[in-house]
Amino acid sequence: MTTNAAVLNRRSFLASSAAVAGGFSLGFGVPFSRAEAQTGVQEINAWVVVHPDDKVVIRIARSEMGQGTLTGLAQLVAEELECDWAKVTTEYPTPGQNLARNRVWGNFSTGGSQGIRQSNLYVRQGGATAREMLIQAAAKEWNVPAAECSAANSVITHKGTGKTTTYGKVAAAAAKIEPPKDVKLKDAKDWKIAGKGLKRLDTRDKLTGAQIYGIDLKLPGMLTATIRDTPVNGGTLKSFDAAKVEKMPGVKKVVAIDNRAVAVIANSYWQARTALAALPVEWDPGPGGKVSSSDIAAMLAEGLNATQAFVGNQAGDAKGAIEKAAKKIEAVYSYPYQNHATMEPMNCTALWTADKCEAWGPTQNGEAALAATAEAAGHPVNKCEFHKTLLGGGFGRRGRSDYVRQAVLIAKEMPGTPIKLIWSREEDMTHCTFHPIMACKLTGGLDASGNIAGLHVRLSGQSILAGLLPQNLQNGMDPVVFQGFNNGGTESAYGYNIDNLLVDHAMRNSHVLPGFWRGVNTNQNAIFMECFMDELAEAAGQDPLEFRRKILKPRHRRVLEAAVEKAGWGKAPPGVFQGLAQIMGYGSYVAGVADVSVSEQGQLKIHRIVAATDCGHAVNPAQIERQIAGSFVYGLSAALYGECTVKDGAIEQTNFDTYNVMRMDEMPKVECVIVPSGDFWGGVGEPTIAVAAPAVLNAIYRATGKRIRTLPVMNHDLRKA
Amino acid sequence: MVAITVNGKIYNTNADPRTPLLWVLRDDLGLTGTKYGCGVAQCGSCTVHIDGVANRSCQVPLNSVGRRKVTTVEGLAQGDTLTKLQQAWLDNDVPQCGYCQSGMIMAAAALLKTTPKPTDEEIDAVMTNICRCGTYQQVRAAIHDAAKG
Repeated sequence: MTTNAAVLNRRSFLASSAAVAGGFSLGFGVPFSRAEAQTGVQEINAWVVVHPDDKVVIRIARSEMGQGTLTGLAQLVAEELECDWAKVTTEYPTPGQNLARNRVWGNFSTGGSQGIRQSNLYVRQGGATAREMLIQAAAKEWNVPAAECSAANSVITHKGTGKTTTYGKVAAAAAKIEPPKDVKLKDAKDWKIAGKGLKRLDTRDKLTGAQIYGIDLKLPGMLTATIRDTPVNGGTLKSFDAAKVEKMPGVKKVVAIDNRAVAVIANSYWQARTALAALPVEWDPGPGGKVSSSDIAAMLAEGLNATQAFVGNQAGDAKGAIEKAAKKIEAVYSYPYQNHATMEPMNCTALWTADKCEAWGPTQNGEAALAATAEAAGHPVNKCEFHKTLLGGGFGRRGRSDYVRQAVLIAKEMPGTPIKLIWSREEDMTHCTFHPIMACKLTGGLDASGNIAGLHVRLSGQSILAGLLPQNLQNGMDPVVFQGFNNGGTESAYGYNIDNLLVDHAMRNSHVLPGFWRGVNTNQNAIFMECFMDELAEAAGQDPLEFRRKILKPRHRRVLEAAVEKAGWGKAPPGVFQGLAQIMGYGSYVAGVADVSVSEQGQLKIHRIVAATDCGHAVNPAQIERQIAGSFVYGLSAALYGECTVKDGAIEQTNFDTYNVMRMDEMPKVECVIVPSGDFWGGVGEPTIAVAAPAVLNAIYRATGKRIRTLPVMNHDLRKA
Repeated sequence: MVAITVNGKIYNTNADPRTPLLWVLRDDLGLTGTKYGCGVAQCGSCTVHIDGVANRSCQVPLNSVGRRKVTTVEGLAQGDTLTKLQQAWLDNDVPQCGYCQSGMIMAAAALLKTTPKPTDEEIDAVMTNICRCGTYQQVRAAIHDAAKG
């Protein structure tokens, strides 16, 4: 996306002129002054800008972090706009502009695989409305009824006379036309741009080093800061000896932030980092300092048998049915804390003056970042602005604006000087909002014929809402914990028909800050349910597929059947073993089949993955396939290696040498089946992650006889039992 | 003052001679295509060529470079003309977030110099760069495409 660079260049220019003038410009009030500054460039409506040469700029409110939403949303707008796809570029409106224009672009938040499914309707309407305005402008010019005109490929044609004109020629007139109230949207079967596996719009600059991420930002006169936050969440900064480092090369200032962190501001990152490493700091760890992993594990173990728990899904009398069952099976699973480990460490650049504040950085939630900027700046929000940069990964981490707040507070220490805050990888590894830790006891009863008579799923562990958004708890309960276990609904419904079912959650929170994570609670819930389903099938003496097929709801079954058919269930070559899993998450139905082998020495090899997805409308099948392949890398990295442990309150893993992730040599061949349905809008970026681990774990069991119930896999000896 | 040759151009820098090449490139020379990912030679985001050999620039002190020639991702394309490898990357729509891709491309370019037709195993042995989005499958496809000639 070249537009981003253009925005940044303009900002650099503004900042440099501002440095001379002693102030700086805020871009709102005048919507898109950049567009207006170029002759003839015309905003048709909030979503569509047309240039005289027919170039179309589509505005994208959601953040792009690799998931492809930017391209998918542009496809949806372009589809209704009937413009020439080859001439489409994109740009981000800013959160400040959104505020100034009565939130015309809606929600900026980008998480929960919602980018496309939650905004498809209004962005398509935006495209269709602009198209109608352009057609009406041409019709007016030709003095013919608009109904006799049509548009395709940015060309408007009058049926009767055969006259044609282009979007660029009528854009100025179109902008003056009253937008039509009701526009008819196309049926998906008539799509020509949407629904196609088009290439991403934002690739080229990523191949040449030209793409500017937040960490690459450079403003005139800019300094760089790096920070060390309390190693124990909830702890405070006791003291530091700035005099010891203040004279080191390039160091400008050493500052305390929020009584819990200390930052060094210097000319360059390496100078700031070197000085921070040499800075003597004393911390008060607070009560969290007494907590280690074994304490948290004991707390979760207690919750597995606690009397009180929040009920997430209930049918019949699970406990009674299990009591009376012919056979009772019980197993305890657990899932650790994990870091997102985005490739681009947290960073943000801020420029503060006595009456204004402007910040730049990678965020999944531009509006929250703007709010954090204003709050930290101590200025009214309309005197602040936040500029989104492309994200070097998000995975839920960048929905939180802690690093934005830090950057603004640091910049406030040197008014008028732009300061870029860069976290070291070590800071990033030890200060994310961690994937919540969870234990689970599953108790199942089988009747004499091997059918499930009753099932109790007891979750015990941490709540994200309690940690981040306590106001969103429902009478103390965190409904998000039950992802994949919900009783119906369109988001994350439980897939099995079980007459006597109880899913409940004993909330057990530690001082470690939990947070949203790619796939988040579906990840452990799918492991618990899908691995235990294999345990039940085995106890019933049945094939895992047949056992599930009898009790799966139709849409869940259909996607699982699509996966096993492509995978060739039961037809693995000698020495290769298969495992399967399914779940509904983020509005989509997904299933996966893994083919693995385990050597005599216990070396795991994942040969092939087949994944099926029913996400309703498939806006860009090629990008969906990439998200699915990427989901296995993310999900398998978590399953094989992902574990953050706690010692004396602090996270022990500090870099990729202690927090390993999957690399190329472990990458299996991933094949995708997109199950066509097209009658709903489901998410894509996250749901498949959940099936990665259980499919592989179930295959490992069949290969080795070892049932891994405690993640990650690296802690287990896989040599045959 | 230390002089280094990057992408065919000689730069004089006042950076401390012990500064890792990564940060000299990024902060002093303004070549931000080379990325910081870990600082401990694990992720490969900072991969550059030194006399044609792939190096993790976070582990290369400025004063160790000497007269050797450094090539960064910015030094691959000639104007608007991408290299065959970059073109294969474009054709295969490889990047997702893209942050690791400079390092991936530099590692792949060095591989193809010594091994023009790499097997999957040879790719695996060299391409140890970390991608969190999970582009490995497309990276592999692009390398094979570029090797086709």
